Amino acid sequence: MISARGLRKSFGDFEAVRGIDVEVSRGESFGFLGPNGAGKSSTMRMVAAVSPVSGGELRILGLDPATDGPAIRSRLGVCPQEDTLDNELNVFDNLYIYGRYFGLGKAEVRARCEELLEFVQLADKRGAKVEDLSGGMKRRLTIARSLVSSPDLLLLDEPTTGLDPQARHVLWDQLFRLKQAGVTLVLTTHYMDEAEQLCDRLVVMDKGLIVAEGSPLQLIREHSTREVAELRFPVGENEQGAEKVADLGRLEVLPDRVLVYSQDGEEVVAKAHERGLRPVAVLVRRSTLEDVFLALTGRTLVD
Amino acid sequence: MAADRTAPGPPPGLGARDGITRQLDYWWTLYRRTWRASIISSFVSPLFYVLAMGVLLGGFIDGDPDRLEGATSYLAFVVPGLVAAHAMQTAVAEMTYPVMGMIKWQRVYDSMLATPLRVPDLVGAHLLFVLFRLATTCGVFMLVVAPFGLFATWWGALLAYLGQVLVGMAFAALTYAYSVRQTSEMGFGVYFRLVVFPLFLFSGAFFPVANLGEVGAFVARLTPLWHGVNLSRMFCVDHVDWVLAVVNVAVLGALIVLGHRLAVSGLTKRLVS
Repeated sequence: MISARGLRKSFGDFEAVRGIDVEVSRGESFGFLGPNGAGKSSTMRMVAAVSPVSGGELRILGLDPATDGPAIRSRLGVCPQEDTLDNELNVFDNLYIYGRYFGLGKAEVRARCEELLEFVQLADKRGAKVEDLSGGMKRRLTIARSLVSSPDLLLLDEPTTGLDPQARHVLWDQLFRLKQAGVTLVLTTHYMDEAEQLCDRLVVMDKGLIVAEGSPLQLIREHSTREVAELRFPVGENEQGAEKVADLGRLEVLPDRVLVYSQDGEEVVAKAHERGLRPVAVLVRRSTLEDVFLALTGRTLVD
Repeated sequence: MAADRTAPGPPPGLGARDGITRQLDYWWTLYRRTWRASIISSFVSPLFYVLAMGVLLGGFIDGDPDRLEGATSYLAFVVPGLVAAHAMQTAVAEMTYPVMGMIKWQRVYDSMLATPLRVPDLVGAHLLFVLFRLATTCGVFMLVVAPFGLFATWWGALLAYLGQVLVGMAFAALTYAYSVRQTSEMGFGVYFRLVVFPLFLFSGAFFPVANLGEVGAFVARLTPLWHGVNLSRMFCVDHVDWVLAVVNVAVLGALIVLGHRLAVSGLTKRLVS
């Protein structure tokens, strides 16, 4: 569905994307992860056949976005990072009019809109003004809008940013159903739980480059350990505590706790106790994608 | 919900006409929702101008055709100018804040560009909508004042009407080109005060530009609005200089082409980067 070789995007002197290779196949659910400014959105805009490629090669659905933009976009669904719904129009018209941009017949679009309003649970809001909708409802409407043309490929740029947990779970459920129905999903996110929930495969981007690629499980295996032991010492004693467990695994000393990356977290805790350490609190957990993400892109704030 | 289409060949390309007609539903829906709000600015305010300037103030002015570019009363002189100036104002109103809104506030253009539509389609449809607005506003205006016997001939009134729409479109295209290059609405204040308002007052809508003196008249005749005012008035009062009419039409036509091109290039640079 998507094939990129050495894909680049620059704005003046600034290189947002600095040569990435990506392959996404039909039916796959693919994620771009990365901190702000990693180049995710720039990549998405190129894949959406909106932003011209600065260098490298890009094929979407086998077509070249430079020459076949409208043909590509007619088969894409795009859910942008910020809602671009039309406040002048009601819920139904937002969907209906969007469907008409794809050249679909009036009756066909109307039927499709009814179906989608049910799907995103907005059927009772069909005549409501967009500005009266909650953030979660707007997002669902945006997703419904991106589906109005029955796209082969659905692009979601940070689909759940800014939503409350309930709304996120409803959205995930809907995206999961789409995925099961065979729609190819490509999404960007900086929520690791979202990536673990939705992505079969993902790449981690940092500073315009891909720094890791694989399934969530593969990435955890390759870039982290099976478990993490979190040892919390009294304030100011984390450094000293860390020295005594330094041989037990990769260490990360944070202001409030020490993380020990290890195959067996319980063993780390047991050994720490043997060595006379008395942490205030202890937590042994599985490694998550978040550990991978932080290991690869660092803890420094980007903006 | 599935994308159950089996991999088709590349869909046929999108023709320019198709790209515009696909947006008709949008603009029609928008118009149906907003036309009531535009009644006052479209019809009521200009009629107030006709009443105040044409009838009440004009009552003090001698109807000397030699000094009024062929009009036999000040009312007959000022109405064609007012309709042309009103066309300019309608076009400017449609092409400033609404354009900024579609680019920046509600980002409607962004959502359109995620579909098969392209920038020239967006610009074409938006201008077509303004053409519709101008055609209806100027048309109603002309019909309302027709019974006052201001028009020498019906065909003259019709050609004058086309001239009014033409000057409106020239301002639509030029203002569009300006608006797509503005990063905030601050630029509109400058535009209204330094461009639109002086043109409204000094481009011959209210008095013959000859009154401005030689240099003043020369400058006034260079402004786009004057070309529209002149077309509108010449045909309304049946005092036609055909060579001048051709020049007026050519200038306005060229400005439409120029504005359109600049609007497309500006919007492309802005949204497709």
